[in-house]
Amino acid sequence: MSGILFLLVGIGGFVGAIARFAISQLIKQNYRFSIPAAIVFVNITGSFLLGLLNGLQVSTYILLLMGTGFCGAFTTFSTFKLEAVQLHLRKQKNAFIFYILLTYIGGITLAFAGYRLGMFFH
Amino acid sequence: MIYLYVGIAGSLGAMLRYGIGLAFYQGDAVFPFSTLLINLTGSFLLAWLTGFVFTKATISTPVQSAIGTGFVGSFTTFSTLSVETVDLFQDERLLLAFLYVLISIFGGLAMSKLGYHAVVRSESE
Repeated sequence: MSGILFLLVGIGGFVGAIARFAISQLIKQNYRFSIPAAIVFVNITGSFLLGLLNGLQVSTYILLLMGTGFCGAFTTFSTFKLEAVQLHLRKQKNAFIFYILLTYIGGITLAFAGYRLGMFFH
Repeated sequence: MIYLYVGIAGSLGAMLRYGIGLAFYQGDAVFPFSTLLINLTGSFLLAWLTGFVFTKATISTPVQSAIGTGFVGSFTTFSTLSVETVDLFQDERLLLAFLYVLISIFGGLAMSKLGYHAVVRSESE
């Protein structure tokens, strides 16, 4: 039984990781930003989607597949922090602060917006 | 092919995160210790791998992407952090919400920097 739950998380994680990798490759190859825009994008959109799933009060199975699995793996904390440290080491102080504030304020605000939207449609 | 590696490693990272979440699960817990622990250890691990292991050892780019971007990237998460913060706010646990965000901001940066310091120490030896 719990094997199925792990499998759902694994499938969602498989797709989420590939989607994050594809988006970051695409953005890095085509655009130049002063901050790691791809990571900002995945983290705030993933936060919105997870908030939405919670607001909609989807079933445990859907939540494990799309929430814990997909959104969890699509968004990332370790890469976000590493890229922030790298900005700091390159003395790009404004970009460093902007990157951190944008991610936290954007992520939490969009998670809240997603949650409220989900509640509305629930 | 590199996408497949990233996906497989990503699924393992996500399942490990889920497993740790289950192991730490307490019905009455209010503070998200599990996500915090995962995010802080993952931040250290990725900085150490990227700054030291991947530069010293001959590891192919697809394997580096699989371990770093796939496994550690999926093990740690930002969406759960955002939603847990919103939950704390909605439960009117403002102090815990601020504490959670502050520890994530500064603790995460510190752990990531520590990963880099491990590089400096290793190089000076």
